[in-house]
Amino acid sequence: MAGSTLEIKNLHVAIEGEEILTGVNLTINGGEFHAVMGPNGTGKSTLASAIMGHPKYEITEGEVYIDGKDVLEMEVDERAQAGLFLAMQYPSEISGVTNSDFLRSSINARREEGDEISLMKFIKEMDGTMDLLEMDKNMAQRYLNEGFSGGEKKRNEILQLMMLKPAIAILDEIDSGLDIDALKVVSKGINQMRDDNFGCLIITHYQRLLNYITPDKVHVMMKGRIVKSGGPELAQRLEDEGYDWIKQELGIEDETVGQKA
Amino acid sequence: MTVEISLGYDKEYVSKFSAGLNEPEWMKTLRLDALQQAERLPMPKPDKTKIDRWNFTKFTHDLRGEKMESLAELPDQIKNFIDQDKAEQNLMIQRDQRPAYASLSKSLKDKGVIFTDMKTAVNENSDLVEKYYMKDGIQVDEHRLTALHAALMNGGVFVYVPENVQVEEPLQAIFWQEDPEAALFNHVIVVADKNSSVTYVENYISHNKEDEEAVTNILTEVFAHDNAKVSFGAVDNLGAGTTTYVNRRGVADRDAKIEWALGQMNDGYTISENYTYLMGENSLGDAKTVSVGRGNQKQNFTARIVHYGKASEGYILQHGVMKDKATAIFNGIGKIEHGASKSNAEQESRVLMLSKDARGDANPILLIDEDDVTAGHAASVGRVDPMQLFYLMSRGMSQKEAERLVIHGFLAPVVNQLPIEAVKEQLTQVIEGKVN
Ligand SMILES: Nc1ncnc2c1ncn2[C@@H]1O[C@H](COP(=O)(O)OP(=O)(O)OP(=O)(O)O)[C@@H](O)[C@H]1O
Ligand SMILES: [Mg+2]
Repeated sequence: MAGSTLEIKNLHVAIEGEEILTGVNLTINGGEFHAVMGPNGTGKSTLASAIMGHPKYEITEGEVYIDGKDVLEMEVDERAQAGLFLAMQYPSEISGVTNSDFLRSSINARREEGDEISLMKFIKEMDGTMDLLEMDKNMAQRYLNEGFSGGEKKRNEILQLMMLKPAIAILDEIDSGLDIDALKVVSKGINQMRDDNFGCLIITHYQRLLNYITPDKVHVMMKGRIVKSGGPELAQRLEDEGYDWIKQELGIEDETVGQKA
Repeated sequence: MTVEISLGYDKEYVSKFSAGLNEPEWMKTLRLDALQQAERLPMPKPDKTKIDRWNFTKFTHDLRGEKMESLAELPDQIKNFIDQDKAEQNLMIQRDQRPAYASLSKSLKDKGVIFTDMKTAVNENSDLVEKYYMKDGIQVDEHRLTALHAALMNGGVFVYVPENVQVEEPLQAIFWQEDPEAALFNHVIVVADKNSSVTYVENYISHNKEDEEAVTNILTEVFAHDNAKVSFGAVDNLGAGTTTYVNRRGVADRDAKIEWALGQMNDGYTISENYTYLMGENSLGDAKTVSVGRGNQKQNFTARIVHYGKASEGYILQHGVMKDKATAIFNGIGKIEHGASKSNAEQESRVLMLSKDARGDANPILLIDEDDVTAGHAASVGRVDPMQLFYLMSRGMSQKEAERLVIHGFLAPVVNQLPIEAVKEQLTQVIEGKVN
């Protein structure tokens, strides 16, 4: 089979002793686009960060594998090297490091010493990708995310995605704060990645993104786990009716996690 | 208090040493007076750093070092500091306190520019050197180390730029300590006479290990006379076994400018003081420093600008990175004397700590005895943000590479602003070496 497989099995995650994820099961194969939706504070970003290895999140139970390799045993950089990518909901700003130096270091980190990408090739690739994402060329020489507008940060995450070409990407609210034109551009970038060798987990609150990027599967998260899965029509129903019907169906009163009443 | 500086370097030794260099009487007298003072003066007291157990007084003083016929003889570690593509070098290399190589372009010589080793200058330009040597810049009797320096000075350079001469190409001095134990008492004087300008860049280099103990005691005096401009760049890169006292002092007259670009990259215990006296009206002092500490290093950095002249401007910008178990104190002091109205003092000190055992301390201080002035300061001391490392590592970079980028980023605002291109490049190279 082409592409990679990310398997998440019964994942429990705690932050500062408090359980936030309460047993997530999800498998993403190369070629598949999954959308994860759910009300605020239900654990979506926690899932994304825990998979990538954020130091604050403690895995209390469960397993994560990429192509059969134990992800939870890996350092953050090893997870990236294994094919994972996380477009963050709130990307860090790093002063003094230019976007282009950062990107080049990221690309070279995946290559053997002595086999670094040539400057010419790098610039060509970056220029081309920035054109496609309709980014201003001077963004390459600006310090990483520093002073970037919300929308610029999101585009910049997609720029990285496209240049690093991971096997499995997790996009955490890549659409939040985007105007309609930016949404189209970002979607274009993500769609361009679509092939059998690329799997994607898209966290979003809005159907609007899914109008441009059609997911194969849609999952709903509440109380720190996936409570419902379906096809694209599920997203449409959430857009039309909200989450109450699911809560009723499942008898959930408070959908958030971790809050002590 | 015990006085352990006798150590064989007594009156007789100093007289002989001076005679061996054929020094004029004034220098011999200055040395002998200083030696006497060294015995009674206290050690300097850098703010918040205890130095009583640092070795400043046990060393081998005699001259070593051999001449070189060409730059090709230099080891690569030294060559890296030189731009060898240049057709005409204005370059002085001192090897273990001995002048080993010197060249100055003919056009500068013709204009009366002096760029020579201190021993030669003391003989050949005796009056001129005497006029500046430890008079209005650094005083012999400031503390034991200044006095000891005056008694035992054994290297350095003298730069003089005559009135109205603009030196376009930088002058570069390399002070290379090849012998891991030779002590360096280096004295540098840079004089820019009225309406002149010069860029001077110096490198202190040694590769001694932590257990190869050496002592370095460096005094530097920079004079910018009316409307002159001196850009002074330095990359200090002394080995882990070297204990360093370095004091760089500037005196700016009316409308004069002194810009310091200091890469404080030693690997050993270091006290680095950089004072600028803004004597003249409308004079300017600008001190930019970057530092990286690693291993078990303890360091104390002081940048101090004192305003006497009206409408004088003083700027201090210090960025330091501390790794491993390194400790450093950064003092940024702006002092505006009574009468220096319309002056402006700005200072900024930032310290980034990379490990839990690293320590940094930033102390911006404003001392103002005049009402009609403007002043400002900013300081921060922080650890590297784990979210930044997570972000970088999530793109595939190792922790080391991620830290390397963060350090470069932290120092970049200073490095990028350094007024001297050569220093920028050298510094980037040295930082690279220290960070990896
Ligand atoms: N670093 C943290 N420290 C403390 N609590 C946290 C931390 N990260 C997440 N939480 C808590 O965990 C719960 C789930 O947060 P998470 O960010 O995963 O939600 P989300 O589903 O992504 O929400 P949103 O849609 O608003 O982005 C919240 O109650 C949140 O406050
Ligand atoms: Mg979230």
